[in-house]
Amino acid sequence: MSLDPATVRRIASLARIRVTDDEVEVLRGELNGILGWIEQLNEVNVDGIAPLAGATHAAARLRDDVVNDGGYPQKILSNAPDGTGEYFAVPKVVE
Amino acid sequence: MLTGLTIAEAAAGLRAKKFTAEELCLAHLNAIEALNPRLNAYLTVSHSQALDQAKAADAALARGDAGPLAGIPLAIKDLFCTQGIRTTAASKILGPFVPPYESTVTANLLRDGAVFLGKTNLDEFAMGSSNMTSAYGPVENPWKRRQNPDAVLVPGGSSGGSAAAVSAQLAMGGTGTDTGGSIRQPASFCGIVGMKPTYGRCSRWGVVAFASSLDHPGPFARTVQDTAILLRSMSGYDAKDSTSADVPVPDFAAACGRGVRGLRIGIPREYRVDGMPAEIERLWQQGIVWLKDAGAEIVDVSLPHTRYGLAAYYVIAPAEASSNLARYDGVRFGLRTNGDDLRDLYERTRADGFGTEVKRRILIGTYVLSAGYYDAYYLRAQKVRALILRDFTDAFQNVDALLTPTAPSAAFGIDEKTDDPVTMYLNDVFTVNGNLAGIPGISVPAGLDTDGLPLGLQVLGKPFDEETVFAVGAEIERAAGFTALPTLRAGATQ
Repeated sequence: MSLDPATVRRIASLARIRVTDDEVEVLRGELNGILGWIEQLNEVNVDGIAPLAGATHAAARLRDDVVNDGGYPQKILSNAPDGTGEYFAVPKVVE
Repeated sequence: MLTGLTIAEAAAGLRAKKFTAEELCLAHLNAIEALNPRLNAYLTVSHSQALDQAKAADAALARGDAGPLAGIPLAIKDLFCTQGIRTTAASKILGPFVPPYESTVTANLLRDGAVFLGKTNLDEFAMGSSNMTSAYGPVENPWKRRQNPDAVLVPGGSSGGSAAAVSAQLAMGGTGTDTGGSIRQPASFCGIVGMKPTYGRCSRWGVVAFASSLDHPGPFARTVQDTAILLRSMSGYDAKDSTSADVPVPDFAAACGRGVRGLRIGIPREYRVDGMPAEIERLWQQGIVWLKDAGAEIVDVSLPHTRYGLAAYYVIAPAEASSNLARYDGVRFGLRTNGDDLRDLYERTRADGFGTEVKRRILIGTYVLSAGYYDAYYLRAQKVRALILRDFTDAFQNVDALLTPTAPSAAFGIDEKTDDPVTMYLNDVFTVNGNLAGIPGISVPAGLDTDGLPLGLQVLGKPFDEETVFAVGAEIERAAGFTALPTLRAGATQ
């Protein structure tokens, strides 16, 4: 499987990363190199094997489904690039 | 020199009033001032906070209610959120970020009286094996090749800053995180001890996320016992991390003196790779002899899916990273580059804020999770991950621990291995399967190569059996008698 420039642009768009035409060409080569190397996984017989999502060896502990944190908007906003009152601010979205 | 003491020695010295925590802290801050401009191990030196913490430790020692780490100066990887102290993940996108909260692991260390000297350099978002992907410049390994002392070598990665700082005696110990080898490989490259505990042993809360199912916080120090002391403080159940393990935390340091008599140590035959230097193979054989001489039984074992771990990792880790790093949108925290509309703002912010390796991994992750490719890549990699865990589970039916080399090479030059991403990925070939399986592993310095560079041996153990890993690691440490020091270190004349 080999990525073409249009696919690289589509992935970058899904990932919300702006890429220039020059970058698309470089990325295409690098991503194809990595994906080509990953193809070796096709050598493994995985018939009947359940996928493993994590490495947790201890049973998860449940807690009560209650609000147990929050209520400090100014602390949350202290790192925001732009904010107004108790809100994050972004460029106008709706005309 | 105070900077050359072990944590155990310093803790005893403080209690015997041979020196104060303030003196210990100042000795380290002075060493940092002298060497850090060259090594670039620390991104932020928290000078005044460190001195305040040291004075508080002296007061606690005088009162007699000091914690086990009172006055011990540590280096904190700049991936752990520290309240009021800038935390960058070595990325431009978090350049302006000052956390309003403390990570659980660093809070545990502070609870026990530790002094934080500063925040250490790393590969951007912990993605790398050389510390060269940091947005704030590379770290210089304090070790030098005998024949070519001018060559600048990498400290390994991603926790390269902490490893270099501990090695050069700019801290007595430190924290790292290990997602594919990021504690053990830099420990091997810098001639120190690095421990990746069982998944769930140390809380991930407040650690900037890379790949959540693979990220393991853990300690660095210059001895196995010191590493055990730090791990005990760092560990423990945390309700704020849903994968935190609700299991008792043993006295890991006590396990260091157990010895290996009667233990069955597995030697996985698949851990021999093409192009591995003969001296690493020799050191591994030497390690086998050491453990045999100390009374362990050596057992040949097979982990048949070993060679596929790295490829599975480079599907799973980027997939998780692409999801975790979606939060860097230029709206809530960190860097913002303005755009024509909201989408343009996202795309420009992320283009400006992420470095090339991080972008590559986000794009690979986005691709393997995208419609039509999910089954072929992500689901298949998760099935291979299950097989790798099964290999270990089967092996541990028959042995108590495994002995392997830590890395396939010694530290390499700062200008080597940069042209092809896959070449760099191969650094983690011996460590990555421990992350996929979530089992504990330690790297212990065991010898020098012909260039005079340190090489580590790795011990892997059963889930939540860090004690056996420490016991075996301590035996290797005793047998190796590793006393070599790096060229660049506190107090050494350059």
